[in-house]
Amino acid sequence: MSAQQVLFDAPGPRARRNILIGNIVGVLVVLGILAWVVSALAGKGQLAASMWTPFLESRTWEFFILPGLGNTLKAAGIAIVTSVAFGLIFGIGRLSHVAPIRWVAGVVVEFLRAVPVLLMMIFFWLALGSSGAVKPQDAPLIAVVLALTLYNGSVIAELVRSGVYGLPKGQREAGMAIGLTRNQSLRSIEVPQALIAMLPALISQFVVILKDSALGFIITYPELLQYTRRLGVGEGNVIPSLFVAAAIFIAINFALSTLATRLSVLLSFRTKGRRPAAKEAIAMDAAST
Amino acid sequence: MENYLSLFETYNVPEAFWVNIQLSFWAAIWALIIGTVLALFRISPIPSLQWFGAAYVNIFRNTPLTIILAFGFLGLFSVMQINLAGELDVSLFRIAIVGLSLYHAAFVCEAIRSGVNTVPIGQAEAARAIGLSFLPAARLIILPQAFRGAIAPLGNVLIALIKNSTVAAAGSVATEASGLMKTMIEFRSDLVIPIFLTFALGFVILVIPIGLLTTWASRKLAVAR
Repeated sequence: MSAQQVLFDAPGPRARRNILIGNIVGVLVVLGILAWVVSALAGKGQLAASMWTPFLESRTWEFFILPGLGNTLKAAGIAIVTSVAFGLIFGIGRLSHVAPIRWVAGVVVEFLRAVPVLLMMIFFWLALGSSGAVKPQDAPLIAVVLALTLYNGSVIAELVRSGVYGLPKGQREAGMAIGLTRNQSLRSIEVPQALIAMLPALISQFVVILKDSALGFIITYPELLQYTRRLGVGEGNVIPSLFVAAAIFIAINFALSTLATRLSVLLSFRTKGRRPAAKEAIAMDAAST
Repeated sequence: MENYLSLFETYNVPEAFWVNIQLSFWAAIWALIIGTVLALFRISPIPSLQWFGAAYVNIFRNTPLTIILAFGFLGLFSVMQINLAGELDVSLFRIAIVGLSLYHAAFVCEAIRSGVNTVPIGQAEAARAIGLSFLPAARLIILPQAFRGAIAPLGNVLIALIKNSTVAAAGSVATEASGLMKTMIEFRSDLVIPIFLTFALGFVILVIPIGLLTTWASRKLAVAR
């Protein structure tokens, strides 16, 4: 059903009145919930000006929010690059015509997609910390990046695979016809087109990476949530601090999601495959942390 | 090997997984209820409800679950002193369920909306033609078909929910699997890899059958068109 407005007719006078009544009731209920939340917060003194004024001071931003945001973006940025690389390698591996490569890539990808990111993070953090292979202060960052790479790389590998499957068969046949081998045709004809088709889904996956980087909080990686919690404990304004941290995440992720939606509209004319692989893939793993 | 087996006498691994299963079970039920209501809001003719549904989904989908669950413990429990049960650990457990439900409801809403998109326009037109107004049409015609079309995405949300139940560690639910794994590795760092593989395998065993089952069910229950 493309236009969801088709669920109801163009409203006549009576329906318009009902919608107006429903609208007013709806607004009142939403306002009521908001008022309840606000009064509960105010009841505990969370809306007092002193709770929020720290966010007007430059030292709050200089010593807490910006360093935290920097570390979040650093972990997420590295993880984005490495998971795209991981995803390309294993995605092509899953499409390989050599059966053992296909099986190994398949088992690895399916296994990594089924294991919670947090388990991998805790594992790498403790294993790296106790092995002495890296400096103890580096262990959290490496653990965050490794866990995010393995999980999201596997998801991206699936995106690559579904993107290539979504291409018309003629693309590969044309590659074969001009004398390319299966691998050459995969690398130089199919995957580049699949990448364009999967770009929106890829960007949605970047949102997942950015959100999951907050798991570093649990393994003591000093990212945004960790810093804002310290700020909140120091200033005694935990709730306002967490609100600010959440607002920063929402703003970045919302911008990325909007970009993904725009791109999928913009690129739709370049991806006239058999089926829109990207759309299916967006739904595939949308609910990650 | 003996070392490894002795771990299971000291630590109760199945009990930790049972906590995750309980968290996922209750959160799944609440998320399904809230998500369905949100989806109804988003397809309803009333602009304020549409707006509320969209705002809810955009806010919760873009917030890290870690922040929501940490807020449950640091904000709701510690600062606001909201107690959902007499005992401390039951209260934290329930607050974690609230956080998991609110977060995943946004994804359930989107899954059901994608299910609504699989219902052909003619169904809605036919419902209107026989005089059904919005709510009866949604209840009798659209949603039953939409749920059947949404089984696969809903299954993905359930799988994500089970895996995400480990994040309850951020809400200080100390008895769940990731917390126990951390304790076990800290005490037996010589067995770090077997311990990790045990827990990883536990999740693989939980998650993969659900994936197979929902794929099978989505084919079996798909509305033939």
